[in-house]
Amino acid sequence: MSARPGFWRQVYDSVFRHKFGDTPRNRMLQITSNVFLHLHPATVRRHGLRLRYTWGMGGLSFLMFLVTVVTGVVLMFYYRPTAATAYIDMKNLQHEIPFGMFQRNMHRWGAHAMVILVWLHMLRVFLSGSYKPPREFNWGVGVVLLTLTMLLSFTGYLLPWDQLARWAITVGTNMAAATPFLGHQGPGAQLTGVTERTDVRALLLGGPQVGDAALLRFYVLHCVFLPLIASTFMIVHFWRVRKDGGISGPPATDSDAAAGRSGGQS
Amino acid sequence: MSAPRDDETLPDAVTTWPHLVRIELLATLAALSLLTAWSILVDAPLEEVADPNRTPDPSKAPWYFLGLQELLVYFDPWLAGVVLPTLIILGLMAIPYLDRNPLGNGYYTLRQRPFAIGVFLFGFVGLWIAPILIGVFCRGPGWNWYWPWEPWEIAKSPHLTNINLTDLLGIPAAIGGVLVAAWYSLGGVFWLWRRRTPALAQLGGGRYALTAFLLLTMAAVPLKMALRLLLNVKYVWVTPWFNV
Repeated sequence: MSARPGFWRQVYDSVFRHKFGDTPRNRMLQITSNVFLHLHPATVRRHGLRLRYTWGMGGLSFLMFLVTVVTGVVLMFYYRPTAATAYIDMKNLQHEIPFGMFQRNMHRWGAHAMVILVWLHMLRVFLSGSYKPPREFNWGVGVVLLTLTMLLSFTGYLLPWDQLARWAITVGTNMAAATPFLGHQGPGAQLTGVTERTDVRALLLGGPQVGDAALLRFYVLHCVFLPLIASTFMIVHFWRVRKDGGISGPPATDSDAAAGRSGGQS
Repeated sequence: MSAPRDDETLPDAVTTWPHLVRIELLATLAALSLLTAWSILVDAPLEEVADPNRTPDPSKAPWYFLGLQELLVYFDPWLAGVVLPTLIILGLMAIPYLDRNPLGNGYYTLRQRPFAIGVFLFGFVGLWIAPILIGVFCRGPGWNWYWPWEPWEIAKSPHLTNINLTDLLGIPAAIGGVLVAAWYSLGGVFWLWRRRTPALAQLGGGRYALTAFLLLTMAAVPLKMALRLLLNVKYVWVTPWFNV
């Protein structure tokens, strides 16, 4: 009788900005009125759905990033980044904390998977020529993300504070000591006068070798700094996928083909 | 948020919901199932506590950097660890501005871009994946070559004595710089010879110079490896400041 909606109906309508009947309009709205899903365009060309074309590698790379974020936050509850406590905390995680080992495994294998998936994503983007105009810039953003992925992995490698961690990071950061002009073992070190305590390796490690300061630096880089930078580049990367015409594809029209443009939404 | 525009008019457009979202959900479930199973079955490694006084032999970098560590066998650290990685990153970023071939944009084709794909696969598989596999599976104590089935307890002979290329040839060390310059000037020679071909004319001088530099640097890596493995060459060019 009255136009007053029921209580639950009002709650429902306040959460969802569209109805769920399977109409073309609602299909569009389910994408465009959802903050997470509206990363997508409302429609996609069918070729972009084919796993044979995209391999699903970009999306799965992002999924692995999310896995490491979630498990990483859990691990942070149990881990203190000092030389005196880090290894003990790892042992406790593995033997005392319920599901601690599982969380750690998910984090590590997810990170390894992410590195491999990002490489394969780059391979498929190259092989399908998807870096060609108008997507040159987004390819560059992707290369930055590739680099950040490996740096995220590398900084995380030190945190268990075992022999594997310490010496892998020693080998890796010794490279920085060889930087021309900026590393004390690199060519041109005499010109700039950098020493073991003032070169770029010392900047990375907070001292001349892998110790307490290095552990703290790598921890902050790994848990805060690099994830923030990587997230920022990811936002740009995903946004540009859409702005540059959606998932790449063969020319949609004859005029596109003549102009050398690829398909996708404009 | 972009309202649907001319997208629907495209003959093969479909709505993202449910067509794409469904695939993403299934892919997510499949990937998480695999990762969960893997994480239940295989534990992440944890060795003894870090000890600055006990250096393991070999000390290996994380596996994804083992390609670069493998380069250390053939190049000094400033090249293998700093200059070459920097050139890899910048070179990758430069690809879209150097590959001016309009064909093969948005579909797989080898026929329309054999050179680009050939170079990329050579770099990706030959210069990145292969050295990683070598580093993970075939490097043992002293960074000597151990097949995966060989026990590390058996000592291997240390490295052979290597000799600088200029000493091998019996010429002054400074000529090494000339050899390096000659290597890069191959790009100039090729330009003079082939600049009127459509591919190079389309590229133009600036883009060609950058492309030639990157390609010759890329090719120099296996060349130096061959010189070392076949002739025990240590350096091509020795100077008081750096060695190449």
